[in-house]
Amino acid sequence: MEAVDPTIFRLAIFVLAVFVGYYVVWSVTPALHTPLMAVTNAISSVIIVGALLAATAGVGGPDAAADGGAGFSRIAGTLAIILASVNIFGGFLVTQRMLAMYKKKDK
Amino acid sequence: MSANLAAILYLASGILFILALRGLSSPETARQGNLFGMAGMAIAVVTTLLAVNLDGASMALIIGGVVIGGGLGAVVARRIPMTAMPQLVAAFHSLVGMAAVLVAAAALYAPEAFGIANAVGDLKQLSLFELALGTAIGAITFSGSVIAFAKLNGNMSGAPILLPARHSINIGIGVAIAVMIAFLMASGGDNKTAFWIITILAFVLGVTLIIPIGGADMPVVVSMLNSYSGWAAAALGFTLENTALLVTGALVGSSGAILSYIMCKGMNRSFISVILGGFGEDGSAAANAGPQGTAKQGSAEDAAFVMKNAGKVIIVPGYGMAVAQAQHALKEMGDLLKAEGVDVSYAIHPVAGRMPGHMNVLLAEANVPYDEVFELEDINSDFSNADVAFVIGANDVTNPAAEDDPSSPIYGMPVLQVWKARTVFFVKRSLGSGYAGVENPLFFRDNTMMLLGDAKKMTEEINKSMG
Repeated sequence: MEAVDPTIFRLAIFVLAVFVGYYVVWSVTPALHTPLMAVTNAISSVIIVGALLAATAGVGGPDAAADGGAGFSRIAGTLAIILASVNIFGGFLVTQRMLAMYKKKDK
Repeated sequence: MSANLAAILYLASGILFILALRGLSSPETARQGNLFGMAGMAIAVVTTLLAVNLDGASMALIIGGVVIGGGLGAVVARRIPMTAMPQLVAAFHSLVGMAAVLVAAAALYAPEAFGIANAVGDLKQLSLFELALGTAIGAITFSGSVIAFAKLNGNMSGAPILLPARHSINIGIGVAIAVMIAFLMASGGDNKTAFWIITILAFVLGVTLIIPIGGADMPVVVSMLNSYSGWAAAALGFTLENTALLVTGALVGSSGAILSYIMCKGMNRSFISVILGGFGEDGSAAANAGPQGTAKQGSAEDAAFVMKNAGKVIIVPGYGMAVAQAQHALKEMGDLLKAEGVDVSYAIHPVAGRMPGHMNVLLAEANVPYDEVFELEDINSDFSNADVAFVIGANDVTNPAAEDDPSSPIYGMPVLQVWKARTVFFVKRSLGSGYAGVENPLFFRDNTMMLLGDAKKMTEEINKSMG
């Protein structure tokens, strides 16, 4: 039998993660649905890892400055870093602010 | 750093994100969950920074980007009023979408930076497919969220905008995107024009998909765009071969999808009918021209007197409370009633407000303890032994026509049975219909008393009369 394409492994991780997400999200209390949206916003900005790769395109490589593709990639990457950072800081902090407001009956 | 170690660290950050969502199962564990999320993000970012080549210039760009973006995000997070949360979330979604487009473009132009180029420096067919999908979903998320933001923020009317032949337009754009993806793949990634056409078409599609959807359906739209932003991240996770992105994309994608489902169920509408749009515009208004019968009007003093002498009061907040910023006055009213020995609780309909959980956050902001706040299915049976149902800024979610009038557009929607309480107080600006354009027969019942006026002013007057 030939070797399994690594993409299949990633697909497996992805499908399993969808299931994990399904069960985890159903257990979220409806009272916290707004913080859920805010925090999912923040974590989906992990796309910043792609932005970091893009922003460092060509660094240390032989074609550091000559390659137009790398230059474009760096600009796009830097813009994406800015956007994702807004979301990461904004998302986690606003979630924290919201969660701090949820209090039990005074004991 | 070795590629294997990096992969394991990305996995760890994916697990921390799962724990972040898991924490939200209860307000007690939620704060800790949020810290897990932050830790996951920090691990992912540091791992990436250790794995890439850095020089002074790129370091400066990265730090500059994080400082500018992060500073902006932090300021917004601190200042935003809680009533504006739906707009804020929509705006955040748009940023994720745009970031996805930018990263996909960078991966196309400089595949070697992502370690995904083949021997001759080209992209694999599969990678091209994934990044084309990533940019398409990202672009739809971006422009769709911008429209949703404009509608929620009031820059744009909440009324549905119906283009002629809008379904054909959307299908046409969808097909064109698919064809362009095929062109891009066939060219081995050299056909950059195809990539940009995909992106532009998807921007247009985002607009045409969201403009026909009315204001009352915004909770579904916001959840759906949340889901899209997740799928865009997941598609790029495949392209970049990154576990953290894959896991996060899957989590966020399914989270948004589940929220959309819960919202649709809360309105007894199918997801498809919401997406096709046009609700709150067609027919319903014509069917019920003019109010039927006369509504009893009451004053703040009447309401204060009745509630003070009640044994049990259930408060039903809706979007009108958010608009009037009445949550603090409402909490004060609850405290005054409790001081009189009245049992006070709050009932929240799943689609009250403009996003999932909107009312809960506002009540929490006003320091209402979360164990006094109940969901529809937990409190609906309590209305029959309540003396007063105090409806403030909600309308359609209390409409008995949803249960007993098969001709009503909202027939079948689960509603809060406020009419079972001995007396119903309705704080409302006018006797007009709700967002769905549906007349509420409750206004004209014998045990209903309308308190016409601004929700906040009315509540404050009640508080004054009680004191």
